[in-house]
Parts: sequence; C-alpha cells; structure tokens
Amino acid sequence: MSQYRLDYLDQLESESIHIMREVAGQFERPALLFSGGKDSITLVHLALKAFRPGKFPFPLVHIDTGHNFPEALAFRDMLAEQIGEKLIVRKVADTIKAKGLTEPKGKFASRNALQTFTLLDTIEEFEFDACIGGARRDEEKARAKERIFSVRDEFGQWDPKRQRPELWNIYNGKISKGENVRVFPISNWTELDIWNYIRREKIALPSIYFSHEREVLEYEGQLVATSEFIQLEPTDSVVTKTVRYRTVGDMTCTAAVESVATNIDDIIREITATKTSERGETRIDDKVSEAAMEDRKKNGYF
Amino acid sequence: MDLLRFITAGSVDDGKSTLIGRLLYDSKSILIDQLEAIEKQSKNKEDGEIDLALLTDGLRAEREQGITIDVAYKYFSTPSRKFIIADAPGHIQYTRNMVTGASNSDLIIILVDARSGVVEQTRRHSIIASLLGLPHVVVAINKMDLVEYSQDVYNNIVIDYANMAKSLGLKEVTYIPISALKGDNIVEKAATTPWYEGEALLSILEKVQVQQDIDLEHARFPVQYVIRPQTEELHDYRGYAGKLHSGIYKKGDAVTVLPSGVTSTITAIELNGKEVEEAFAPQSVILHLADDVDISRGDVIVKSNDQPNVAQELEVLLCWMDTKPLAAGKKYLLQLNSTVVKSVVKELQYKVDVNTLEQHASPEQAVLNDIVKATIKVARPVAFDAYKKLRTSGGAILIDETSHVTVGACMIQ
Repeated sequence: MSQYRLDYLDQLESESIHIMREVAGQFERPALLFSGGKDSITLVHLALKAFRPGKFPFPLVHIDTGHNFPEALAFRDMLAEQIGEKLIVRKVADTIKAKGLTEPKGKFASRNALQTFTLLDTIEEFEFDACIGGARRDEEKARAKERIFSVRDEFGQWDPKRQRPELWNIYNGKISKGENVRVFPISNWTELDIWNYIRREKIALPSIYFSHEREVLEYEGQLVATSEFIQLEPTDSVVTKTVRYRTVGDMTCTAAVESVATNIDDIIREITATKTSERGETRIDDKVSEAAMEDRKKNGYF
Repeated sequence: MDLLRFITAGSVDDGKSTLIGRLLYDSKSILIDQLEAIEKQSKNKEDGEIDLALLTDGLRAEREQGITIDVAYKYFSTPSRKFIIADAPGHIQYTRNMVTGASNSDLIIILVDARSGVVEQTRRHSIIASLLGLPHVVVAINKMDLVEYSQDVYNNIVIDYANMAKSLGLKEVTYIPISALKGDNIVEKAATTPWYEGEALLSILEKVQVQQDIDLEHARFPVQYVIRPQTEELHDYRGYAGKLHSGIYKKGDAVTVLPSGVTSTITAIELNGKEVEEAFAPQSVILHLADDVDISRGDVIVKSNDQPNVAQELEVLLCWMDTKPLAAGKKYLLQLNSTVVKSVVKELQYKVDVNTLEQHASPEQAVLNDIVKATIKVARPVAFDAYKKLRTSGGAILIDETSHVTVGACMIQ
C-alpha cells in the first residue's frame, strides 16, 4: 500500500476544512452557529485546524432558547474563552418579549420553533451572509437532500425544489442582497464518524454526553430530564436512572438514553450496537409529524 | 478504513431503490425506528414483506407534487470501508441529476433489467459515465429471478454491454447478476447463480481500488484563503490555505503561481498546525513561500516543472442545467475551484445526443439537460487541465450573473 493514503476520517476532515475555507474566502460576514452539542463542538475543532494560527473569520453564535442544559452552557462559555474567539448569544426569551410571540403550551412546551425567529433576527442584526451549521445528512431525510451550500431567501426559507446543483468540489456562494447561505461542512459525516473523530482527536465534550445519574420522567418510552421547564403531573412516573445524552438540544425536547458508558470507547460500542437512530431515540420534536424537519427547514430553521 | 463514493443509475422500474434499500438493510444500516416507519407504509402490501424501496422515499414536497429533487445522499459502512451513495432519481431531468451525482463519484452502478437487456436508458447512463470520466463501472444485471437465473440471458447482456463499453472507452467494467428484491448476490453470493464466478456486489464495492484514482503526479493547489494573523509574535506570518486537489508537495519544491507565472520555493508546509516535510492530495494544508509575492484567492500554486494550461479561451463539453435556455453570446460567471471570472459563451459547436452519442452541428441553443460542445471566453487567463487528464482541475460551473443560480457544468477539453 502506498504511503500516500488517507484514512476515511482524514478525508472527511479535509473536505470539511475545505468547505470552511470556502466560506472564509467567499463571504464577507459569516458566522458559526454553535449550540454546545457534539456536532458544533466538532465544527469548532475543524475551524481551529482550518484557520490557526489566524483568528476565526467568524464569530460563534448561540441562539439560546433558555431551555438549555446548564452543563452545555457552561461548556460553551468555557470553550469560547479557551480558544479566544468571539461568542454572540441571542436569547429566544428576548424575541418573545420584543415581538410579543406566544409561548408554546403543553407538557413539553418547546421553544424549538420560536428559535427560528431569533435566528433570523440575529442574521439581520449582524447582516450575516453565511451561517455554518453542524447538520449531517444521515440525521434525517430532509437533510439528506440539502446542499452543503444551502441558499435561503430573505425569510430564511429552504426551497427543496430550487436548490443549486452542487458539482465536484465547487461551491457556489453567490447570493443576492437579503439572501443568506447555510453551510454544512459535516454533511457527509455520520453519527459514528463524529464519535470516532472525537475519540481520535481527543475532543472534550460536555459531561452530559457521559453516563450519570439523573431524575427523569418516563414518558411514552422516552426519558426526559425533570426541570423547571416541564410540567409534572401527580400521575407521572419520575425515577432516577443512569443515563447519558446522545444528542444535546433543549431540555424540553431531548430525551436521555439509559447507559453506563462513561468514556468514548463505551459510547462507540453502544452506538455500534444500537438499534435505534439518533433522532428517533432522542428527539421528541421530530416525532410530531413525518415531515417535521422538512417543515421546519422551509420556515427558516437551520 | 477508506471511503468510496458511488452513484446508482437507473429508474424505479429497474429496482434502483430496492437495491439501495437492500444494501442499507443487509449491511445493518437501517435502525428499528426507520424500519418501523417503512413497515407502517408497507402495510397495504399483501405479501407482508417490507418494501425496501421506501427507504429511499423522498420528501413530502416530492410526493405531493410528483417531482424529484436531484440528488439524495445515503451512508453506510462495513468494517473496511465507508460508503457514500449519491442517489439520483430517474425520469425527470435525468441528465442534470446524473451529472451532478456523478461529478463526486468514483464508481457507478448501472442497473440493467435482465428481461429487457441493454436499452436506450442504459446507453444514456453509460455515455454520461464516460463523459464524466467515472473510473469504475459496475453493471448490475437485476431481476435475475424473473428470468430463472438464466446464464444465457446474463451472458448475452454482458456481450451487448461490453461492445458498447468498448465504443465509449469505458475502462474498468465489472458485471454481476443480481436480484435486489431477493437479495441474491448483494451481500452474499447466491446459490441461485452457481455459474457466476465473481463476487457479491458488496465485496466488489469493498475491494475496488480507488486510491489510484487520486492523481499524485500533477500537483495542483488552488489558494482558498490567505492566513495573516498580524499579531506581534506572528508579524510576518503569511500562509496560503487550500486543499491539494492532486499531487504531492515537498518542502523546497520550486513552484510557480498561476496565472501570473511568478516563481518561488516552498519553505514550509503546515498540516493541522504542525510542520510537515511533504503533503499529498486530498489533504488540506497551509503553504509558505520564500518570496513575498502577491498571491490571493483564486491563484493556483503548481510545481514549476509540471504546469497546467493557462488560457483565455476554453473548449468545453457543457451540460446545461437551467430552465432558461443557453444561446451563444450570453455572459456568465465561470467558477473553477476558487477562481471566479466573467465569461461569455462564444459558440455552440454541436449538441451531443446522449442516447446515441451522435453530434448535431451548430445548435441555436441548449436547453435543460442538453450536452453541447462550446467555446467559452473568460475575462482573464485561468489555469486548468483537460478534464480527461485531471478531473479536479478540469471541471467548472457557470453561474447566472443576476439570479446567481448554477446553470451549467463544464468539462474542459
């Protein structure tokens, strides 16, 4: 075998770095959407490889729903400080107040849909022309069809029918005023690729990704952490379990999985053996309808 | 573990969706909740079998409007390889979809219905594979269960296809009899085709050598971005960030910057923050040069002893991808890797019939899905290689100046 041979993780890494540098080269005011989850942490790691010893050509932007896991927020602040890059936080609560939006009701009142309002306002406030996000095509079938450079109109809407063909390694980032582009550098990575990369690169993650004891509500086969954001009823079954999170979203719409995996090797072993997809197991928001993600994207969701 | 990107060509009637579903299902890439979802949808089926084709089912927008969105990507892996499938739907806008999916693929699986053999569509798929320069072709002769696994039927199709492949110049062609529906010869060799001496499809996909497809001979480095920290301690730091599209670069190499032609020497190569002696395609690196030359995004750094063409007039095979037709004299932006220049399509020489490869001289215009030979003049000289020699330096797109949509794919001759 030739010495000039790249492992698949090296190939994915190089592709992602190339995409990030295309953003830097093609846009005037890009941003990196950072949630504190493993995928956006991986994006930050890739950005370090793409731009150091220079500064990032974009700030990190967090759209804070107010329903985040405290561990993820603490990690966000720690990471931004450690790498010395600018972090912009915009809160959904402020948008609700300023725009008189209606808070969703119900047991798991999720601000997931309201997040889009704050995101679009933030894009307008800073005149971002490109927003880098950590979505992967293996997550969901709407994402499987989205381009790496995904052009959105001035309302942030994705139109699956009018996507630009994406050929070779050439990314067309030309836009008209008011439009912006969502860029997904890890489109071609799977959940397992991300975990293998995190292990190889020794990337630090928030503690909730690893096994811990937590008080959870058992609800329709899913385990939802108890918190001030969830309405408990007397009939609810609340138990303490040993769990970890496979994805990190809002406390209201992300479920935990029972696990004793305390390190990356254990997690990779569990994911390799798992019988359920990442979103199917942990995302309450995708279960609402079969086309939930497709609809959210059309409305400007990332 | 390495990576194989492939495209599947064929329509629903050829069993393409069933084949993809079968690969995902039998390689255990389908998880319970996804399976439950398709089981629910397959309920109406009388035989009780799940419909694997539903795994590649589209978005609601597609179902409601009877349209197909060009390419969907699917992923699976085995212990030896990660696979990325570009799933380009059949029927509508086929050429555009296939060109897009094939542009990033190393291999194409062309599905042939054993009952009908090599038909017009097979020919069209193969012509596009040859135009796009796909290095590996697998001809999967499907629905063998419907021809009683007949070796004669299989052999006749192989002879027919081999004749065509020869005329198209397709080099590496592998044939395999399969039944996607029954799973024959997909993951494991089937008892139903004892006369077939080759391997199961998945083994073929696992073993095909793709490393050699990366050209390590001709070094091409388009500059994407210049890194200049301008801090006190890195005052004079000036690094050229980009991806090696082909070739190998070593510290000390004499290089030329194109299109300007300025020469210099590589003083350092940084890979992931560390200095290395050499780098090779497709690594993303930072290059440092000895001289303080004016280099910006869009320039290409090549080795001085092996240079690409630099010209202002390009002969291209052009696949038109827009609903508004192309006529000679129209202006577009041409993007070749990180280079973007104004261009004008000067002349349409002929249109290629993708069913017969016949040439029709001097067409008045090119419409959606047409492939034409054209001459494009660019506003300033650009560095390029012939697409047939170096795919990564010979492919370019045309962008509409006002709508900014990607309207054409060019393979430079």
